[in-house]
Amino acid sequence: MPRLVKNEAIVECHRQFLPKDSDLTAVQNRTDVVPLSLWVSQTEALSALGVDGVWVDSDETLDALTDTLSQLALLAIHFPAFVDGRGFSLGRLARERHQFSGELRAFGYVLQDQAHFLRRCGFDAMDFRQGTDLNSAIESLADFTEHYQASVDQPRPLFRRRT
Amino acid sequence: MYVYDSYDHHIVRERVAQFRRQTERYLAGDLTDEEFLPLRLQNGLYIQRVAPMLRIAVPYGLLSSRQLRKLAHITREYDKGYAHFTTRQNLQLNWPQLEDVPDILAELAEVEMHAIQTSGNCIRNVTSDQFAGVAPDEITDPRPYCEIIRQWSTFHPEFAFLPRKFKIAVCGSAQDRAAILVHDIGLQLVVNDAGETGFRVYVGGGLGRTPVIGSLIREFLPEQHLLTYLEAILRTYNLLGRRDNKFKARIKILVKATGPEEFAKKVEAEWAHVRDGETTLTQTEIERAKSFFTLPQYQADAAADLTALKAEHKAFARWIERNVKDHKRPGYKAVILSLKPTGVAPGDVTDTQLEAIADIADQYSFGEVRATHEQNVVLADVREADLFEVWQKAKTHGFATPNIGTLTDMICCPGGDFCSLANAKSIPIAEAIQRRFEDMDYLYDLGDLTLNISGCMNACGHHHVGHIGILGVDKKGEEFYQVQLGGSASNDASLGTVLGPSFGRDDVPDVIQKILDVYVERRLQEELFLDTYRRIGVQPFKERIYAKAS
Ligand code: SF4
Repeated sequence: MPRLVKNEAIVECHRQFLPKDSDLTAVQNRTDVVPLSLWVSQTEALSALGVDGVWVDSDETLDALTDTLSQLALLAIHFPAFVDGRGFSLGRLARERHQFSGELRAFGYVLQDQAHFLRRCGFDAMDFRQGTDLNSAIESLADFTEHYQASVDQPRPLFRRRT
Repeated sequence: MYVYDSYDHHIVRERVAQFRRQTERYLAGDLTDEEFLPLRLQNGLYIQRVAPMLRIAVPYGLLSSRQLRKLAHITREYDKGYAHFTTRQNLQLNWPQLEDVPDILAELAEVEMHAIQTSGNCIRNVTSDQFAGVAPDEITDPRPYCEIIRQWSTFHPEFAFLPRKFKIAVCGSAQDRAAILVHDIGLQLVVNDAGETGFRVYVGGGLGRTPVIGSLIREFLPEQHLLTYLEAILRTYNLLGRRDNKFKARIKILVKATGPEEFAKKVEAEWAHVRDGETTLTQTEIERAKSFFTLPQYQADAAADLTALKAEHKAFARWIERNVKDHKRPGYKAVILSLKPTGVAPGDVTDTQLEAIADIADQYSFGEVRATHEQNVVLADVREADLFEVWQKAKTHGFATPNIGTLTDMICCPGGDFCSLANAKSIPIAEAIQRRFEDMDYLYDLGDLTLNISGCMNACGHHHVGHIGILGVDKKGEEFYQVQLGGSASNDASLGTVLGPSFGRDDVPDVIQKILDVYVERRLQEELFLDTYRRIGVQPFKERIYAKAS
């Protein structure tokens, strides 16, 4: 079971992530996390099965999810490489533009050094690369305790808060 | 200049602590080389050919005397007693030890300095005009906006892992001294007919292996929308910029592929969502930023008649002519300290020179200086009555070479002597040219001329936009040099045209001589090199240089 950091705690995750080209027959369990394309093409069937987790790759957009995002409990964004920063924008868009309020998870190749950026972009769950000391990663969430910019965790930029 | 408050100090201190832990984890083997690479780059740390290199941020080129003294101390304690001003107004240390870097950063933090985002695929240190606030042709002082951009871009959570590096330059005057057309984003301050301040926005300029002049995507962006609009551009680029090929990852490639108009539409569509949000600048914030860049205590008795001194000291007269620039304020001048004496790598300064600059600045220019992208240092507010003394001090410390704007005021990257990406050395080429063209009368007769040298296609020496550009190339393991003519980084920005086959190192001074000969023979009256070139084209130069030996 992968262990991840969620809201400053270490939790185990029992969900299965289905590969990108999966079809409906691959779905075994309502906790399965389905790829975006499957969700988009089979929303009704998957909803009927009780599926509530979707993962999105870094080169995909959230546009096709606009109408159904509110049904999801989990939106997972894939980071194929830790230097692929598209996921940070996707996270912010999910929260700020689509008002997604479920679990927003970063998975793939994610470094603890990115933890505070991820949190700022709206991620509340992070599946770090293998071998990460998760307690140390939790500390990294607080690498910075003050920020100049507005973002998901602090919608007011520093210049509106400076005293 | 800007002064940190408790928030700024807090953020920089947290950065020092974070980097200390990262370095420890790396040395303990918890971070791989590949993982540590982008993390250290975002802190300006390269592992170079011979040693690590640390690039220290000098936000839009401004330095106080206190900072200069700290830098002198750092070069002495942690390095070999010298540092290098870069073509992006930053300062580089060539020989620090990796283990010492956290301590160096802690020392820098004491004087409100850091190495944040001086490298890596993130928003880099914003650059501007070295004469900001004092230039007679200034429309609006760009520094407050640079500071606003600096803060916004520092640890921006969404844009720390962009497809490629990202450079923003701001120009506040009629003449562009910040080369905004060759930046990822170029911002030109303008005042519209209604008297409102705003920006003309250019995107997609850049040098490197595919040099491009930026495209105008917005004629007028009201100042309060600066950050939301930048955010819209960056988000568009972050999501759509290519990540499959590092040579096609800069925003210029995206803008070219989509077309500037289409790209502008995408930005506007993104902006429609974020404009008027919390990131919209408040008048209070703009005023706060401006409050750090007020006029110094100018004196009424600063003016002086220097005619007699100039007649008596020919060298002083020359220095005034080349190294001293006009100032907004009557009685004041801006002085350029030349870091290009013959025999020293362009932009290099020793620890004692840094201290000398600090002393001169304290005594004659309100304790502040500016680094220029031409790799010199400017004292922005010198009384005319002090010019003679300043000249004497500059001379004592080796800064008085009266060559500003001439052929020997070259821009030159560190090249093969230091840089692991280099195809060829650049510093020895600069030196050979300086040695060949030491006759000041000849240089003055040639007039304004820029010669830029890069050791490889990455173009850190801006060779595409030099009137004469030299590029180091590798031919079967041997170092050769390609020569280009006709580049410019100013308002009339243009990219140089390659002259033809490249030359061996020893031939370069002769080639330059032939180029200059053609110019001198063909120029009309006071015509400058660039204008002659534009009028007659590359052909006459080609013919002279590649003429068969008879
Ligand atoms: S132009 Fe090339 S050789 Fe010169 S500093 Fe840049 S990367 Fe190094």
